[in-house]
Amino acid sequence: MTAASLRVEGVTAGYGPVRALVDVSVDVPDGAVVAVLGGNGAGKSTLLRAVSRTLAFHGGALRGGSVSFGGRRLDGLAAAELVAAGVVQVPEGRQVFARMTVADNLRAGALGARGGARGRARGGERDRAWGGARARAHRRAAALARVHGLFPVLRQRAQQRAGLLSGGEQQMLALGRALMAEPRLLLLDEPTLGLAPMAAARIADTIREINAQGTSVLLVEQNAAVALKLASSAYVLETGRVALAGPAAELAVSDEVRRRYLGVVDETAAQDAESVSTSLPRLGRWPA
Amino acid sequence: MTTFVELLIGGLSTGSVYALIALGFVVIFKATEVVNFAHASLLLAGGYVAARLSGHIGFWPALAVGIAGAATVGALVEFLVIRRYRGGEHSVLAIATIGVDIVLLTEFTRLIGTDVLTLGDPWGDAVLTFGSVTVPQTRIAALAAAALLITAFLLAFRYTSWGVAMRAAAENREAAALMGVRLGRVSLSAWAVAGALAAVAALFLTVFPTPGLERSTSFAAFKAFPAAIIGGLDSTAGALAGGLIVGVTEAMATGYQAELSFLGRGLGDVAPYLVMLLVLLARPAGLFGTRELTRV
Ligand SMILES: Nc1ncnc2c1ncn2[C@@H]1O[C@H](COP(=O)(O)OP(=O)(O)O)[C@@H](O)[C@H]1O
Ligand SMILES: [Mg+2]
Repeated sequence: MTAASLRVEGVTAGYGPVRALVDVSVDVPDGAVVAVLGGNGAGKSTLLRAVSRTLAFHGGALRGGSVSFGGRRLDGLAAAELVAAGVVQVPEGRQVFARMTVADNLRAGALGARGGARGRARGGERDRAWGGARARAHRRAAALARVHGLFPVLRQRAQQRAGLLSGGEQQMLALGRALMAEPRLLLLDEPTLGLAPMAAARIADTIREINAQGTSVLLVEQNAAVALKLASSAYVLETGRVALAGPAAELAVSDEVRRRYLGVVDETAAQDAESVSTSLPRLGRWPA
Repeated sequence: MTTFVELLIGGLSTGSVYALIALGFVVIFKATEVVNFAHASLLLAGGYVAARLSGHIGFWPALAVGIAGAATVGALVEFLVIRRYRGGEHSVLAIATIGVDIVLLTEFTRLIGTDVLTLGDPWGDAVLTFGSVTVPQTRIAALAAAALLITAFLLAFRYTSWGVAMRAAAENREAAALMGVRLGRVSLSAWAVAGALAAVAALFLTVFPTPGLERSTSFAAFKAFPAAIIGGLDSTAGALAGGLIVGVTEAMATGYQAELSFLGRGLGDVAPYLVMLLVLLARPAGLFGTRELTRV
């Protein structure tokens, strides 16, 4: 298989006695944006950590199933090796290096991007011709120019400490830092969380643009309205299992998704809510 | 006045040597969040190798081998002990380093015995005289070497990929790993660098006016603990400041012992710790630190 598609097959994962994912399968075809929706605690971050091999940082572990990218097994690699394989995650809560400057954050993003040595799919030949260090510097400059093109503010703030940026700017930095590694697949964990609508819309536009430039995206979101507009297909996770899956357009009009994740109350949904409310305390968000 | 200037230069010189040790200590803490109580034995390892070899292969080659030896011992401690407990409690690791320290110190104590090993350094007991001020050449050499090494280190920390990886890992291990930073390598290089710096410190702790390397040399190394803590355990600039503060305090307290005799004997030995306690009362994270000691 040459296409850079991600296949998550039958993954079960957990934290000690807690089972957070059960038999989850997700496909991200080459060049696609795929969304994973779900409420708090549904297992979205766990899914991304299972792909990015960072479960151990949270006391978790993969218990079963397989993850492969472009035909190559990822489970078994160390987190740091994923970057060279072309997969980069932007973690939940941005996690920029707050005490480092914006410029150094972007430098850090390029640390794992190995040129020819590791035989990356794109540019490998050219790098060998260029010769190691120079090729790497050249590619890093190109990646930096691309990131500055997407986020001009990161150029203006280059010498500022990342911790002093606004939430929206930190999210841009987190995205830019990930792009410095020139990923073929980007894993995004709730990139619009906590952002004002304007900033969230900007991030959404950028994700579309990054994808148009040739990077596949696996997007995890509680904000279904944003995610379903970006994605071609989507999955809904509930307590660690895939409850729904299908083309994003279909899910966007399905009653269940509209009711649970889009906050839309139509006739039938209101009736459903009514019948539920007899047994459960009424949720304030839904005016009866 | 002459005494004061001499004490000040001596204090700054010793302080810069403490700063070398403290810097290694801080680098290990930043990279692995481990308080390395085995630091004195890294120092003794470097000094011992250099002292044993200098009679055979000459001073400079012996020093180079001593530095490499201490770096190797540091790397081995990381590889054989610290790595096994990765992800474990940092306090457990700190205690593990106490174990390492006891083992290594016991071994070096046995090897050194009652000997006083000299390093055959080129400075000997020569002095430099500026007007009425007399300073041993070794003190000037220590100051120059420490300034050079610390500058080189800080530049590397700020500008090289190694430095960026180190700072990224220090701040957020998971995010660094996601950027492709190999945490194992970062940790290994931190221990090796700390060992190398400690070996250079060993040299300047054993040259004139000290008689040579002996069992008690490791006590001198312990002065670097208050230095690192005064500066803030996770601050490289703090290690520098802390080292100088401890060096000067110690030199002054010893030099003016007679005038300060109402405070009791052995003030020079205690003063660094008193300063440390005072600093911690005012600033629990040290002068430049961001993390309080309760974290460890
Ligand atoms: N570090 C952890 N230790 C123990 N349980 C965890 C940890 N992280 C998440 N969980 C549990 O795993 C489940 C899934 O969490 P998570 O993947 O973070 O959900 P989401 O990202 O969808 O909000 C939840 O029940 C959560 O409580
Ligand atoms: Mg989450």
